[in-house]
Amino acid sequence: MTPIHLGNNSDATSTSSKSSSNHTQDRNQWPHGFLPKEQFPAFIDLLNQSFDEVIGPRVDQGAIVYDAIRSASELPHGWTDVQSPGVYRLERKSSIDDSRIDPSCEEEYFGYNVGPHSWKKYLFPPLTTLMKSKKTTDGWQMEMTAEPIRRRVLLGVRACELAAIAIQDKVFLTSGTVDPIYQTRRNHLLIIAVNCTQAASTCFCTSMNSGPECRSGFDLAMTELSDGFLVEVGSDAGQTIFESLKLRTVTTDEIDRGRTRRARAVDQITKRMNTDGIRDRLLSQLENPHWNDIASRCLSCANCTMVCPTCFCSSVDEVHELTDDEIVRQRRWDSCFNVDISHLSGGPVRDTIRSRYRQWLTHKLATWIDQFDTSGCVGCGRCITWCPVGIDLTKEVATLCEESS
Amino acid sequence: MKSKPKIAIIKFASCDGCQLTLLDAEDELLAIADAVDLAHFAEASSRLDAGPYDVAIVEGSITTEDDRLRLLRLRDECRWMVTIGACATSGGIQALRNFADHEEFIRAVYATPETIHSLATSTPIASHVRVDFELRGCPVDKSQLLEVLSSLIAGHRPRTSTESVCQPCKRKGTICVVVAQGIPCLGPITQSGCGSICPAFDRGCYGCFGPTVQPNMAGHSQGVLLPRMSERDAVNLLRGFNAAAPSFQQESVRLWQITQTRDSTR
Repeated sequence: MTPIHLGNNSDATSTSSKSSSNHTQDRNQWPHGFLPKEQFPAFIDLLNQSFDEVIGPRVDQGAIVYDAIRSASELPHGWTDVQSPGVYRLERKSSIDDSRIDPSCEEEYFGYNVGPHSWKKYLFPPLTTLMKSKKTTDGWQMEMTAEPIRRRVLLGVRACELAAIAIQDKVFLTSGTVDPIYQTRRNHLLIIAVNCTQAASTCFCTSMNSGPECRSGFDLAMTELSDGFLVEVGSDAGQTIFESLKLRTVTTDEIDRGRTRRARAVDQITKRMNTDGIRDRLLSQLENPHWNDIASRCLSCANCTMVCPTCFCSSVDEVHELTDDEIVRQRRWDSCFNVDISHLSGGPVRDTIRSRYRQWLTHKLATWIDQFDTSGCVGCGRCITWCPVGIDLTKEVATLCEESS
Repeated sequence: MKSKPKIAIIKFASCDGCQLTLLDAEDELLAIADAVDLAHFAEASSRLDAGPYDVAIVEGSITTEDDRLRLLRLRDECRWMVTIGACATSGGIQALRNFADHEEFIRAVYATPETIHSLATSTPIASHVRVDFELRGCPVDKSQLLEVLSSLIAGHRPRTSTESVCQPCKRKGTICVVVAQGIPCLGPITQSGCGSICPAFDRGCYGCFGPTVQPNMAGHSQGVLLPRMSERDAVNLLRGFNAAAPSFQQESVRLWQITQTRDSTR
């Protein structure tokens, strides 16, 4: 097959994100095709042959996580998840009695909702070496560590996750300072999105206007049917792959079935958050006594920020061996829920759980808008499911702003 | 510190496991021996130089009057004191005696109770003398211990994280055992340092590194423990290697009182 050119360019100094190139064009200009289920394993093989790494969903540790996928047999075929605040259960679709499941599609590859991992770990890695310095007879020698370039496919990216990547693009690429690690990784991605055909009880992308249908930010997007996938092209790189697959055009019946399946996801979303004027409404509640109620439940453990696909805090440490001849500068995910993160001369600024939760929520939903001209929340619901005490930010916002939830 | 610091490693009531962590640092041991003057390390050498020392690294808790007096003398002989391990920083597993009748234990265990001269409580070193730095863990983590030693050599304060166990879990990609499996876990209120080992093996955290800086103990019991275990089991979980760490102790006593009140009203 012809070489696949990823992103809008490979110029490492460019600050523009790849989503700016093609994805915003009229979707109907791009071709659609039908990939039969029988051909799907060969498609995964093709991706593995064409890229250094295919990252996709797989079952591990009682959940559906994102990891390297070498063949279609490693995908979570027939698996799903049941989620509620503080609870996640991996289930066989065929073994659970749930009206949310389409009986005609019990054996899906992508019949699950977003899980504990997010794609963030591939663009903004949890632990990275930034620099090394060595003491020599000529003084300190600094060495910037350049990662080897890996061309990755992200397979199974949902609409809320595309929105999260677009937000992190703003944070790491276009808001002033360019993060070279993020930029290099981002420029070597092929994004294959998957439209949701079901929703978890914790999903609220419709409130955040981020889903469930994938509209932009992908190279290819797929909708899974019982007998195959509707494949939609979103970029030149996607077009190259699409052409090599030699797919037949989709039938009207398949288009209708795809639409029906995507509508199931919309219908299943019951969680809501009122985002009208949310910045001002939330910031007018800084002294609301309800923050104390939240603080009596919040453990300040930082799980919400770790699973959040947009949270971007990190700390940088100098790590050295016993003899300080070699120093390694490391960056690791940090969190506004840690006392130390606000430590200034004299002590931490946010010295209570109340102040830290308030900082997180008001930044995510209000001051993020000032900073990046977008909400920091995409409605994926991870912070609700993966909070060990099940704090639901949509309920807290409703109470803080005195609405009936 | 410009010259080689003279270091003593001294034990009180403990299992020696934290000292073994140092001996276990095989790749670094020669470099350590080269960079510091190990004047007193009974676990490793018969050289037992008397003080004064630049640094005393102290393992173990205070459980006898003799040890209490020995500690006071040691404090006078060292410039800096660093305590290592759950025994030295919170009283250790032997602090379970703090919650029970010490005399009764002695009568039940020993053939000649009159020969036993132990205190009624097991207490951390910092309850008796000024401590400059505490390194948590049962046992301490090798890389954190090396960080303490290297910072002593370099002359800065050791950098050990105070974040919760949940955060290394998340960075490693370990799936939360509370949320995905319903397993009770002390991780959200426990300080990291071990590398979040237990949840990676489908076990809840046992709290070996003691409470976080500002643990929400009641919120944790209410939201994580009690939906998944009885108050009695929660008391037992909190009364582990850091049973007498103040916030763990207060919460286990509070939960114990709840069970007693309920039993008495039955």
